[in-house]
Amino acid sequence: MDKRVIPIEPAGATAKSAAFEYISTRKDELVGWARKFSIFPYPFVTACCAMEFMAVSSTPYDTDRFGAALPRFSPRQSDLLMVVGTVTHKQAPILLKVYEQMCEPKWVMAFGVCATSGGFYQNYAAVPGIDRIVPVDIYIPGCPPRPETVIDGIMKLQEKIAREKHPILTKDF
Amino acid sequence: MGAEVFDRIQSRLAKGEEEGQSPPGQARAPAGVSHGILVLDLAPGAVAGAARVLKEEFGFDVFLDVTAVDWPGREPRFEVVWHFYSTAHKVRVRLKARVAEASPAAPSLTPLYGSAAFMERECHDMYGIVFEGNADLRPILLYEGFVGHPLRKDYPKEREQPLVPYREGFEERG
Ligand code: SF4
Repeated sequence: MDKRVIPIEPAGATAKSAAFEYISTRKDELVGWARKFSIFPYPFVTACCAMEFMAVSSTPYDTDRFGAALPRFSPRQSDLLMVVGTVTHKQAPILLKVYEQMCEPKWVMAFGVCATSGGFYQNYAAVPGIDRIVPVDIYIPGCPPRPETVIDGIMKLQEKIAREKHPILTKDF
Repeated sequence: MGAEVFDRIQSRLAKGEEEGQSPPGQARAPAGVSHGILVLDLAPGAVAGAARVLKEEFGFDVFLDVTAVDWPGREPRFEVVWHFYSTAHKVRVRLKARVAEASPAAPSLTPLYGSAAFMERECHDMYGIVFEGNADLRPILLYEGFVGHPLRKDYPKEREQPLVPYREGFEERG
């Protein structure tokens, strides 16, 4: 009868990888904490939701509390692509180009139902949701969303960033 | 005040027709006034002449719009609609002409009004009306490669013609 083989890793190796995991988790927490408070948004503003975007950027709602106040008008300097309003098929190549020009790490927010799903538009012109063109991290409902909803969305995105892995050197670390 | 100008316009156009200045069969329906606008229903061939009279003799210096109406099941199917405004008399006039689906051709008013070029391009995009005399009927609101005319009633409302291929997991409708 064959002896059952129980795979046992050498004691040294387990301790080493555990230590590595511990350090890399703490590093992800640290980087995530830093990144979640420095979301530089790029406003891709196309339609009526812009009014609410202005409201949420203004003093009473103060998105600076979340580190997301300073819009960068160059996609290369921004972390968060805020797609605010209806995107048409004719505009989709521009949206894709802006997204591709952003440096990693990057996140995308669909602001309002038009960006989320096309909203009430079902026609030849409107894209039924920007997730068909670029990957979306956070969807904010509403037509247009209340500033409170947007702030809730930003906070949810912050949580998501804090929970993410943030590889810096290799894909493991 | 508008009524007096409208009478003069109508008698002038009727006179032009009698004297053979514009093609016959001009008025398809009696002219009427709708919401303070004089409405003239003309044959497509008479539109350019009527617009010239309006512009040169009655001071209709603003070309407001050209668009079309799709009447599925009616023959001829399309109705092309022009609006003009006179800053001298402060009144508007609407011209209408019906064109068939087989040859949806209407005269271009670009020789009279430069701004007509853009609106004729839009109307060509949306309804496929061909404006004879407008050499530049490239898409203006739509894009190269778009098939069909979206404001025609038989264009399916859910049909998509994306310029960017959709990401994996998403399908085009229509
Ligand atoms: S969601 Fe509503 S407010 Fe926002 S762009 Fe669409 S229609 Fe306008």
